[in-house]
Order: sequence, then C-alpha cells, then structure tokens
Amino acid sequence: MLLKTIGRRLAYSVLTVWLATLLVFVALQALPGNLAQQLLGQNATPAAVARLDASLGLDRPAWRRYLDWLGGAVHGDFGRSLVSGQPVLSEAGGYLRNTALLAGIVILAGITLSLVLGVVAGLTRDRWPDLAISGFALLGMSVPEFTVATVLVLGFAIDLQWFPAVVTAGPTASIGQLLPAVWLPAASLTVVMAAYIIRMMRTSVIDVLSAEYVTLARIRGLSSRRVLFRHALPNALLPTLNVIAVNIAWLVGGVVVVESVFNYPGIGTLMIQAVHNRDLPLLQFIAVFGAATFVVCNLLADLASVYLNPRLRTPGRAG
Amino acid sequence: MTNLTVHASNARTRARRIALPTRPSLLAGLFLVGLNVVVALAAPLLAPYPPTQPSALDAIEGSSSAHWLGTDQLGRDVLSRVLYGGRYAMLISLSAAVLTVVFGTVLGCLTAYRRGWFDEVLMRILDSVLSVPAILALLVVVTALGSGAPVIILAATIVYCPALIRVVRAAALSVVGLDYVTAARARGEGFWPIMAREIWPNILDVVLVEFAMRASWIMLLVSSLSFLGFGANPPTPDWGLMVSENRSLLTVVPLATIAPIVALATLIVGLNLAADGFAKARGIDRITGGLR
Repeated sequence: MLLKTIGRRLAYSVLTVWLATLLVFVALQALPGNLAQQLLGQNATPAAVARLDASLGLDRPAWRRYLDWLGGAVHGDFGRSLVSGQPVLSEAGGYLRNTALLAGIVILAGITLSLVLGVVAGLTRDRWPDLAISGFALLGMSVPEFTVATVLVLGFAIDLQWFPAVVTAGPTASIGQLLPAVWLPAASLTVVMAAYIIRMMRTSVIDVLSAEYVTLARIRGLSSRRVLFRHALPNALLPTLNVIAVNIAWLVGGVVVVESVFNYPGIGTLMIQAVHNRDLPLLQFIAVFGAATFVVCNLLADLASVYLNPRLRTPGRAG
Repeated sequence: MTNLTVHASNARTRARRIALPTRPSLLAGLFLVGLNVVVALAAPLLAPYPPTQPSALDAIEGSSSAHWLGTDQLGRDVLSRVLYGGRYAMLISLSAAVLTVVFGTVLGCLTAYRRGWFDEVLMRILDSVLSVPAILALLVVVTALGSGAPVIILAATIVYCPALIRVVRAAALSVVGLDYVTAARARGEGFWPIMAREIWPNILDVVLVEFAMRASWIMLLVSSLSFLGFGANPPTPDWGLMVSENRSLLTVVPLATIAPIVALATLIVGLNLAADGFAKARGIDRITGGLR
C-alpha cells in the first residue's frame, strides 16, 4: 500500500517535470520571432541569418529540436550557451553553487527562526508577543523582496556599515570571499519567507492546542512543557511541512530579485543576464531547474508527511 | 425542495453580508486599498508638478516646502511621482487579477463538475505550470514576447490561474455532490445554469478572498518586474521602477527610495488585511502557504 502511494507520487513528479520542460520550450522556442535575426540585429544579411540559423539548429522543425534537447537533458547535456559557447551546465555551475550557499543559509536560519516565532505567536495568541510577530509577518508578506533588500542596505550597509551593500566577487569566487557578502541577501530572503511559515505555524499551533487530545493530556496532569513538546508540536508541524517545501522552492524565484539587488553572483543574476542576451538554452535550463526544484521539494514534503502521519498511508486519503 | 434549499442559502448569505463590516482588520484593509485607489485616480488633481517633467536645476534635493519629498536625479518631484506611481501596476494587477478569477472560477467549476479524464488531464497540466516559479515564468514570457502591458497581464494570468483553479475546484467539489445540484442535473439543466445558480453562490466568499490575495501577489510581481527593468518603461512613474532608479542615491536622498516603498506597502498591507478580515468574518480557512 505504502509503496504504491510513493510510486504514484514519483510517477506524477516525473510527469510534471516533463510537462514543464515542454511548456518552457514552447514558450521560448516555438513562438514566432526569428532568434537569429534578433541576435544579429536588423542590418544582418539574409545569408548571415541563414548561416546562424543552421549553426543553432533552428532550421529544423520545433518538435525535432525539442526531442534533441530532451534527449540531451536526460544525459545532463542542456546544450550550449549562445553567448559564451560553453556547455550550459558548466556555465551555470559556479552560479548554482553560490545560490546553494545563499539558499542553505536562508533555509537553516530562516526556517528555524520562523518555526520558533510561529510557535511563540500561537502560544501567546492575541497578546502582545503574538501581535508583534503577526504584524511583522503581515508586513513581511506585503512588501516585495527588493524593498526589504533596499531597507536592509540602508540600515546595515549604509548607516551601520556592518556588511557590504553589493557583492564584488565574481561567479568563481571562493566561499571565503563570498561569506561576508552573503548575510544581507540571506536576511532579505528570510524576512519574506519567514512571513508565510510563521503564519502557518501560528494557525497550526492554535488548532492543535484546542484539540481534544491536548486537553486530555492536560487533564491527565502532564506538565505543560511535556504537553507542548510531546503532544502538540509534532502534530502542529505536519501542515507546516508543505508550506516549508513551497517556500524552499519559492527561493529559486525569490533569489532572482534579491541577487540582482546585491549583484550576488548566483543563478538569479545569471538568469537576468540570460534574459538580456536572449540566451535561450541557458534560460531554458534555469526555468526547468526551478520547476524540478519545486517538484522535488513538494515530493519530499509529501513523503515526510506520509512518514510522520500514519493516517495518510492509506491511498484513499493520500489522494 | 430544490428551490427551497437555494432560497434558504440565499437568505443566509444575505444575513451574513449585513453582519460583515464589524471586523476592524477588514475595515482598515478596505480603507487602505480605497485610499490608494482614490489617490491613483485623483493624481492629476493632487500632484503639485507633472510627474515626468525634468528640471536639471532642482535635481537631487531633500525635503523642502517646494518639494515635500524632494526630487530625484532628473529633478522630478518625488511626491508627484509617488502619487502617480501606483497607476501602472494597479491597472495591470487589477486586469490580471480579474482575468485570473474569471478563468479560474469557470475552469475550477467545470473540472469539479465534469470530473473524470478532463479533471485528471487538467490537474496534471496545472501542476506543471505551478512548478515553474512565478518570476521565472514571467521572465521566460517577457523574453519571448517582450514586456508590453498586455503580455504581462496575460503572463500573470497564466501564472496565477492554476492555483485559483485548484482552490475553486476544491470549494466546488463540496457543492456538486449535494442533492440540489443532482436535482438540477436531473431536471436536465446544463453546466452554465447550474454553475450560475447552484455553485456560484456557495463559492462566492472563497473567490472574493482569492481575488484579494491574487491581486496583492500580482502587484508584488509586477513591481518586481518593473524593478528588474522588465515592466514599466522610463519615464513612467511607477513605484517599483522608482526604487530601482533612486536606489543609487540612497545615501543622498533616501526619501526618493523610501516613499514609493511605503506607498506600495500600504496598498499590499491593505489588500492582505482585507482578505484576512473577510476570510475570518466568513469562516474561510485561508490557505496561507502561498505560491508567489
């Protein structure tokens, strides 16, 4: 039963990523507009356009190009960047590592912080700690990432001068070179991400504390600490898992804006460059990478909740 | 019997609607949103200067009696630009949110009503659209089709429709199995009359909350696009664009950057408060997870 549920989830995930590659390809390559003409400019001769078309493989039908791309992608070959001529994967490699560093810090610090704040807010419902935390969360989800980043720059880079306002290191910088500059981007992403997790955790804690088994545990005379940590919190964490997964996947999009504010050499900065240069293979890889991250995060959250919640192990409810 | 049920539920809806404006957060939210809309509409009357008029002599000034919020690097009045600055993003977000809600509601009801292979196929396609992070999807579309307003409206609609379809589908599924829908089907009514008379009144609350939420997310997304240079074109006064233009002068004239941020925040806080308050007043379990 359990294996069947997991197998179904896996199959759906693969299907979803495949459909996403198809959508991204259709949006980028099958739409009207001559790429070679745009790359060469208006004054290019038709012969030059035709030559570039042939060298990019654009003279073949779209479905052939898609199948070629998909065949390569399965083997880890995502084509070559139109600008540098390097394979996309090696071009993106350094940027990916830098984004992973940024995301790793945000996930570790951000999730811990927001879970704690969410629990405190839930426990002190409608009293001042809750009002302060909920107000902060409402504000966090109400301002775009670039404004949080700008305000943090104003406070911590200009007024206090604790951190640099922009990153000067390139994509191949060592972790040691990047580390001083990673904190402000990480804080900006954390503020926005924390807002959603705090709200979910708060609601969840309030729900669980009013459940009968918590009341029963109290009546049985268990200490309130034991009730909280052994009975209430594990159950309150369950619905929050999916929100956390969605937010980790959101990071891939959120970094685009925040990285460009700080000029941080990560995947988001690379994507903005790719959009400016119309570097389609690179753009396609980043979009598909984002989709795959999203699907994997959701899959992991689903599997974790199946593992933690025995009731989900019957396929009927797992839906 | 069917008519009785429908009338009873209509009467309940009306009774609850009267009890609505007691929530302070709802009122505060509606006030903030209303204020922003009125300011955007009345900007030509309120603004002391034309928002795109450069004046080299007054460039980069702090707050003064002539320019309350100072001027930017081209000498344009920041206050005037802030007053005008919501127009572009609000118009795009409103159009996209309305389109999202219309398509989302119809498709969500249709798939809940039809079920079967149609539902299965649609859900798989929606999953894959949802899996591409919103800002990435928008950048892909902007690369392919350019950054004109219609393109952004269409792209934002496509990006946000899937989540709405799912929410509406879930809400509609709890209705389509009820006796009065079965009775309407048995009477031989088609999809549209059933949707309009039996399903719609029951999911109206959910759709309204979703509308406010989507509008606020699309607004954030459109502002981010403008900030990145793929939305409003200079010299359009737009909050996102203003932040990106004036950011390099943050140390000299901080007001030119902070004023549009505050303006944008009041609008989005307002939308969120309204959605929260309305959802609580109607007992809707608002999904706070969020897919931006």
